[in-house]
Amino acid sequence: MRFHFKTSYDQDIRLFPDGWTFSLYAALLVLMLVMPWLISDFYLGEMTNVLIWAVAGLGLMLLTGQTGQVSLGHSAFMALGCYLCVNFIEMGLPFLAAFLLAGVVTGIIGGIIAIPALRLHGVYLAIFTLALAILADDMIVILEPWTGGVNGYFAPEIWIFGVEVNRWVNPSAWYYLALGTSIFVALLYRNLLRSPLGRAFAAVRDSEISAQAMGVDVARTKTLAFGLSCAFAGLGGALMGLFAGAFNNETFNFLIAIQLLMMIIIGGLGFIHGAFLGAIVIAFLPQFLSILTDQMGSSSIPGLEVGVFGMILIAFILFEPMGLYGRWLKIRTWLELFPFARRDMFRRQKTYLKTERLR
Amino acid sequence: MEILQLLLSGLANGCVYGLVALGFVLIYKATEAVNFAQGDFMMLGAFVMVGLVNPQFMGLNFWLAVPIALIIMAVLGYLLDLTVLRFMFGQSQTAVVILTIALGFVIRFIAGLIWGHEPLNLHSPLRLGDVRLGDVVLSMADIAVIVVTLLMTVLLWQFFQRTKLGLAMQAASQNQMAAYYMGIPVKRVQGAVWALAGAVACVAGILYASKGTLDISSGFIGIKAFAAAVIGGFGSLPGALMGGLIVGVIEPFAARFLPSGYSQLAAYSLLILVLIFRPHGLFAQVRTKKV
Repeated sequence: MRFHFKTSYDQDIRLFPDGWTFSLYAALLVLMLVMPWLISDFYLGEMTNVLIWAVAGLGLMLLTGQTGQVSLGHSAFMALGCYLCVNFIEMGLPFLAAFLLAGVVTGIIGGIIAIPALRLHGVYLAIFTLALAILADDMIVILEPWTGGVNGYFAPEIWIFGVEVNRWVNPSAWYYLALGTSIFVALLYRNLLRSPLGRAFAAVRDSEISAQAMGVDVARTKTLAFGLSCAFAGLGGALMGLFAGAFNNETFNFLIAIQLLMMIIIGGLGFIHGAFLGAIVIAFLPQFLSILTDQMGSSSIPGLEVGVFGMILIAFILFEPMGLYGRWLKIRTWLELFPFARRDMFRRQKTYLKTERLR
Repeated sequence: MEILQLLLSGLANGCVYGLVALGFVLIYKATEAVNFAQGDFMMLGAFVMVGLVNPQFMGLNFWLAVPIALIIMAVLGYLLDLTVLRFMFGQSQTAVVILTIALGFVIRFIAGLIWGHEPLNLHSPLRLGDVRLGDVVLSMADIAVIVVTLLMTVLLWQFFQRTKLGLAMQAASQNQMAAYYMGIPVKRVQGAVWALAGAVACVAGILYASKGTLDISSGFIGIKAFAAAVIGGFGSLPGALMGGLIVGVIEPFAARFLPSGYSQLAAYSLLILVLIFRPHGLFAQVRTKKV
């Protein structure tokens, strides 16, 4: 059992609360770095996929988990990031510059779109963003000169400092690109949470009215959250499109956005770890199911993945709304406090509904 | 004449959207939850009907099958509430939204397992023949859709305004705690409204399947119905119908007068405009939230 004896205010906002936690994450980092030597190329590709989903998931997590705004339209921003990145590369920018610039521009556009969306709450925002995602699909077809329309695009070659990053030639380079991006985004996210802005996000999530009363500029906070979230999603989308090799309007279907939302809920809303855990589930579930159906000797069942995914999600919402990471927190607390853990420590508070409608 | 024809066929389509939107609004009005699976409910209702009527399945008489399908869907709606949604009692609206999206996925999967992924045709007596009014041609199915939708809207509206159960539903959504104190069995009332929504979805499904072919992704018209419900202002039954009609009418006109590629944008662009300028729909029921 560890005790945190706090002797300065800085301790509250340290990246790692103590040396033990730091060494754990350092060990994880080392493990991730030597991963290409441990697993085969196929699973390395899957790991890359996990990390890419995690980047996009962190984007949505910032908005949904941290600021409490549900978005069903992040596939639109993933598409935007992807097409911007490709177009920047075609204009002759080096990959890294194009990639980061795509994230920034997606973020700015997302922030601008957020301004009218700010007045919307809960379900209305969800519909608004869902409409955006569906519109994005059609817009990609209409804006054919930049997007390649229905025929799509083949991902251009990526060179980083003279190293070619190609999925088939050297998968480990792709892996390191995804790993680097996810670490970069996760660190940015973590630092954001330690800043006043991050606190403002949480305040807006918990109660907009209280946040306003505490002097938080709700409109500004929400715009920033939306913009930052879109920037991360844009980076994730750029990686996803380039990793897939070829992409068109179908690649960034609105179902991707819904999957992204489901992913962060399964992982655990509001936790950085949740985005990664959810990404592991979403990336490995199809593999797992195909192995399972092979074992059972039956042919593949169409729609099985989505159906099972839905059932898993329902189970999580009903029995473990805090997601995988929440479950781990409970187990950890139980172990740390043993034998003093109480069953009701994590009990949810019941709220009774009151309408917002007056008529 | 062409314009009148476009208008009428748009109205018929709009009525289907309106019917699905009615289901959304019903559940929203009574439980303040939003059922994203309503479109898939409609799809399921249509498939239940296909399973009862079509000769390769059970081959029952159409008019005998209608009440059976309605009852099956109502029971399914009630069971869904009993087994899944009742546990969400007292939790946030967004959790319910995500839950119902997942439910939609599961329903689509199960329907695919049972009825396959090929498009099917419902053997419906409404399919027979067209009606000519001057130069305008309307199919029997279109007329049936319009009539049934109007009837349903009026009935449900009166149900909410006049009957005891309807009032209990409104009370339960306005303040659950207070409704409990007044002796309203809030949970059972919620079950009842889910059953009702199941039946309404079934009606919509039967009409939809009578108009055209049916496959498991038919449920995606739920998204358009959603747009309809939002345009009309969530929580208003006539609003939902109006929204459905607006979306339904805009579509054929956009397809006719806009360059191809842009026409799909029309309905959603309208939705976004409505959300920006009148965030709570044309028939708004929300004012500033109180603390």
